[in-house]
Amino acid sequence: MSAVRRRPKLLRNLNAKFAAMPMILTTLVVFVGGTIWTVVYSFTNSKLLPRLNFVGFAQYERLWNTGRWETSIHNLLLYGVFALVFTITIGFLLAVLLDQKIRFEDAFRTILLYPFALSFIVTGLVWQWLLNPNLGIQNAVRSLGWESFSFDPLYTPKIVMFGILIGGLWQGTGFIMCVMLAGLRGVDEEIWKASRVDGIPAWKTYIFVVIPMMRPVFITSLVLVASGIIKLYDLVVAMTSGGPGGSSEVPAKYVYDYMFTAQNLGQGLAASTMMLASVIIILIPWAYLEFGGRKRG
Amino acid sequence: MATLDLKTISKSFGEAKVLHDIDLAIRDKEFVVFVGPSGCGKSTLLRIIAGLEEATKGQIVIDGMDVSNAHPVERGISMVFQSYALYPHLSVYENIAFPLRVARLEKDDLDRRVRRAAEILQLTDKLMLRPGQLSGGQRQRVAIGRSIVREPKIFLFDEPLSNLDAALRGDMRVELSQLHKNLDATMVYVTHDQVEAMTMADRIVVLNGGRVEQFGSPMELYHHPNNKFVAGFIGQPNMNFVPAKVKAISAKGLTVVLDAGPTMVLPVETEGVAVGDAVEVGIRPEDVAAGDTLDVEIRVLERLGGIAIAYGKLACGTNFCASLDGDTAVAEGTTIKLAVAPADAHVFDAAGRVLRRRAAPALVA
Amino acid sequence: MANASTNIAAAGPRGPKPRRAISGRNIMIYGTLGLVALYYALPLYVMIVTSLKGMPEVRLGHIFAPPVEITFQPWVKAWAQACTGLNCDGLSRGFWNSVRILIPSVVISIAVASVNGYALVNWKFKGSETFFTILIFGSFIPYQVMLYPIVILLREMGIYGTLGGLVMVHTIFGMPILTLLFRNYFTSVPEELFKAARVDGAGFWGIYFRIMLPMSMPIFVVAIILQVTGIWNDFLFGVVFTKPDLYPMTVQLNNIVNSVQGVKEYNVNMAATMITGLVPLTVYFISGKLFVRGIAAGAVKG
Repeated sequence: MSAVRRRPKLLRNLNAKFAAMPMILTTLVVFVGGTIWTVVYSFTNSKLLPRLNFVGFAQYERLWNTGRWETSIHNLLLYGVFALVFTITIGFLLAVLLDQKIRFEDAFRTILLYPFALSFIVTGLVWQWLLNPNLGIQNAVRSLGWESFSFDPLYTPKIVMFGILIGGLWQGTGFIMCVMLAGLRGVDEEIWKASRVDGIPAWKTYIFVVIPMMRPVFITSLVLVASGIIKLYDLVVAMTSGGPGGSSEVPAKYVYDYMFTAQNLGQGLAASTMMLASVIIILIPWAYLEFGGRKRG
Repeated sequence: MATLDLKTISKSFGEAKVLHDIDLAIRDKEFVVFVGPSGCGKSTLLRIIAGLEEATKGQIVIDGMDVSNAHPVERGISMVFQSYALYPHLSVYENIAFPLRVARLEKDDLDRRVRRAAEILQLTDKLMLRPGQLSGGQRQRVAIGRSIVREPKIFLFDEPLSNLDAALRGDMRVELSQLHKNLDATMVYVTHDQVEAMTMADRIVVLNGGRVEQFGSPMELYHHPNNKFVAGFIGQPNMNFVPAKVKAISAKGLTVVLDAGPTMVLPVETEGVAVGDAVEVGIRPEDVAAGDTLDVEIRVLERLGGIAIAYGKLACGTNFCASLDGDTAVAEGTTIKLAVAPADAHVFDAAGRVLRRRAAPALVA
Repeated sequence: MANASTNIAAAGPRGPKPRRAISGRNIMIYGTLGLVALYYALPLYVMIVTSLKGMPEVRLGHIFAPPVEITFQPWVKAWAQACTGLNCDGLSRGFWNSVRILIPSVVISIAVASVNGYALVNWKFKGSETFFTILIFGSFIPYQVMLYPIVILLREMGIYGTLGGLVMVHTIFGMPILTLLFRNYFTSVPEELFKAARVDGAGFWGIYFRIMLPMSMPIFVVAIILQVTGIWNDFLFGVVFTKPDLYPMTVQLNNIVNSVQGVKEYNVNMAATMITGLVPLTVYFISGKLFVRGIAAGAVKG
């Protein structure tokens, strides 16, 4: 009896393995390999070029003794907390407003979302212009007669992060609003009928029924906003370039400057490793909530 | 055209073993139906024959050629799926032509074959439509058309009629039987519907729990089921199983006392049973007639027109179903007396194995 | 009895209660939304009017006022004459650089990711799911962590600072979200379709090109929208992985506007900003709901 010969195991499904090569290389070389490389070299005293000359935690000690890094962390925390709270709250409230079976919903959504299509550079430059103390909003209000009006965040070190926040919120809230709107639309219509029959006011239904039901949407939004905050870079570069006087520095900018301009690679790598650590700190509870919870449920 | 031999086919998904050493020899031009309850492994077996899944152990031999390791297309099979699996973005013509395009057939040849298939399946005026514009029955025909253009050695059908409504299913059964005769091809057909199996098959494979319970012609399975499972699966309404005890064994057969009371002498082979053993007497509802053996308390009577199906209980509490004359005067809630000819009764031992009947009707060809 | 029940049904209210068009509630909703919309639209408005004014008019400080005298000179200057460093050939250079980066990046990243998603769904092999999981988690790693290793990698390959290098970087970082997008889409394609195609004799590429690709046009459009806006708006990769004469538009724009030398020409700056924003804005306004679908697909990542 004749037979069709069996292909060797490694050669079976060869096309798929070939097609997945970019993914395999990306995950192994860039994601896993690159991360390990960065972490390892953050323990060296590499300057212009990477050298395997281990110096223990010296780079980290120096990092945490650098005023600029402390400012960066402080700024990021400040920006992060406000961006999280405002993006989520405003995004949710706008979604609720849009969900009132209103007319022109598409038009409103189009207007609220268009900034998200723009880059942070464009966003930053527009707001830099609007917040220009001599020719922008401050000047416009003053020329209306309110001479003592003062709104100059980009040139006031204490509130410069809020100036950046204005641009960040303008760019990003529309997106979270869309995510929230999708979440609201996912709530069963029957819930609303039931609460109307029971005579529960709408705001109570939102707080006690809808928001708890939208927990996964809120968590997703939280992760999205948080991972965006850690990457905060372009916006700062465009709006203030870290100024005035380094008062709006952020970690991502610290990393870039040390890696590519200050030629202190080890320092930049240590800073980027700290960024990785912060992401892991955010990601672990989320992964636990998302996947650990799902297994039990 | 082609024979198909399965040799000790086994399949495991991880720990779970879903097929146990399946051995089957399917003859050329035969219409074989795999039937069984859901989860019995019939679809898995079909996919293994198709080459869409790999058997853990065993061989598939088509026309004397071991194709266990061959790609689906190298096996000379074609397959019709439950959901029809038509390509939604292609016209009916292109759907039917698809296997030929993949095989890079010459244009004239391709066109001729597609048109002939369309003609056989009465799809000629639908060729330019998209699958979405067709009815369920028409989609099914397109799927069949796609499977016949390649002129395969063996046709495989995976529950092709279960998405159709009852009336259409009846029509398609007849069409498929007709198609089998016209194409003169070997066909393997999977279904969970024993009516489809009985009406279309040359031979039926009854599968249960990944094992072949019986392989035989429809009437063979009906009259000589190997075991209680096959007996209960084949035939509509299902066979009644009445518990009984063996009272005596004689040359005439087995004398049993039904738990419900009466004693019967049944002409079956008595090998393997002893006096005092618990057995079950299998009685088909259609073998029951008015008589004086069994007292049945009728709970529900379904009048289907030509016949009436009576559902009730025996004195021992066992459910009992009888197929009566359509105009029977029986009323729900009353107890009636029924009887069954001893030669029509089946006997199963405690393990569910049948005791072969001595007097059974000659099998029709 | 039957009569009574139909009567009740007919008498009961159907659908929402008719509401007066102008109710307190509606004024509040539309009022709030109107103000918010005004706020969101304002920067775009200011950007446009500023870019159409001459510098003397800009210096008057009426930032919200429409231009008294419309001039397109700032647009011309931004496009053809604005300076970055020693180059004074305007933003057009960055625009064409961005186009040259965009087209191969979009095509290659989508081609790679769609085939990838297809392999992950229909041709699983040992370890394929593990790689996918790493890929998704990898998308959360800050780019800064992988920047330098990629610089080394590109340098070793001899494509650091070239267009090809940047295209590769966009392909790599677009992979997680795009692969997820395609994987989820292909999962929704009935498996029997794939099996039928296999029985019909089509192989890996045959099924991809003849069945999956033509069936999945909507998701390709979504992916294109996602990538065009994403890559066009990129700043970090452009600044790290290219050399000045290859800088994409965003980088050049930032250099033009934030350069310290010379007198600030706000009208030119705003024209330049507007020109840079035009490509994603056009994509946004044309694609409409598909854009929302694209970013919603981005939202499910992870």
